[in-house]
Amino acid sequence: MSEDILFDFLHSEIVNYCLNNNNKENDFSSLEYIGFNTGYRLIERLTRDVPRFKDELETMKFICTDFWTLIYKKQVDNLRTNNHGMYVVQDRAFRFLTRISTGTKQLEYAPKFVFFTCGLVRGALTNLGINSTVTAEVQTIPACKFHIEINRN
Amino acid sequence: MSRQASRFDTKKVNAEFLTLTYGALVTQMLRDFENIEDVNKQLERIGYNMGMRLIEDFLARTSAPRCLEMRETADRIQQAFRIYLNVQPTISNWSASSDEFSLVFETNPLTEFVELPTDLTNLRYSSILSGCIRGALEMVQLDVQCWFAQDQLKGDNVTELRIKFVRRLEDAIPAGED
Repeated sequence: MSEDILFDFLHSEIVNYCLNNNNKENDFSSLEYIGFNTGYRLIERLTRDVPRFKDELETMKFICTDFWTLIYKKQVDNLRTNNHGMYVVQDRAFRFLTRISTGTKQLEYAPKFVFFTCGLVRGALTNLGINSTVTAEVQTIPACKFHIEINRN
Repeated sequence: MSRQASRFDTKKVNAEFLTLTYGALVTQMLRDFENIEDVNKQLERIGYNMGMRLIEDFLARTSAPRCLEMRETADRIQQAFRIYLNVQPTISNWSASSDEFSLVFETNPLTEFVELPTDLTNLRYSSILSGCIRGALEMVQLDVQCWFAQDQLKGDNVTELRIKFVRRLEDAIPAGED
């Protein structure tokens, strides 16, 4: 679809803006926050006509299927949990990493392209009433693992 | 999976996602810069960078030939808006010398869900559009000026983007080479 490319460009410009401004080269917080803001608002639109989720697992499933399909055009490949509030979401061809050549050379740049998504997921979960910490891990491009840790209390 | 995915209107959600992401970016910029003029400049620059890359996609997608005059260029820009943002601006208000025209938007997808607080009246929220047009046209050797003559966010009935042809960029030897 045509707007996809528009979003890809916008995303890379956002990354550029957040990291090249005021020498914030290793500060991903504003990038994450832009994602958070987007996710928080988006989920409100998305879940308007969806019945209330029964529990946490169902919410996570929603994120991994519907939410992911809409934004990343594919489902996640694997969702694992230890049933104690840790979830690992694995995507073997993460959209923002698919245009980067594979190999270890580009690996150091990979974090730039996953922080927006960390924020996006955190924002979405927050608005669904789940307080969480989301981190990402890239071992080989374009695969990416997101670790979601639910903060209870 | 397809059973669940069909729960949403994908096209609409995509557009909303873009709108909301853009909104979050503008919010962040307002936080980063005290001066609203700086925010306008940054947004325009981001649009410019996107336009430079977007034109390649556009040319590949439409295989459009070179435009020989501004009226053709206007049609192409209109077509680009249809492809990328799914809106159809009206082309109007040609100047007598045919080097200046307006794109009139009944709706601006970027400003959906947006209301400007009164202290931000100087903010050109959709600057990214004018930057995009300028960047894209520069890649086809057209130097243009682009600005908002009317804006729905500021209480006008329509959003009007004015485009003025400045000059044709000539092929030149890059600086530093003989």
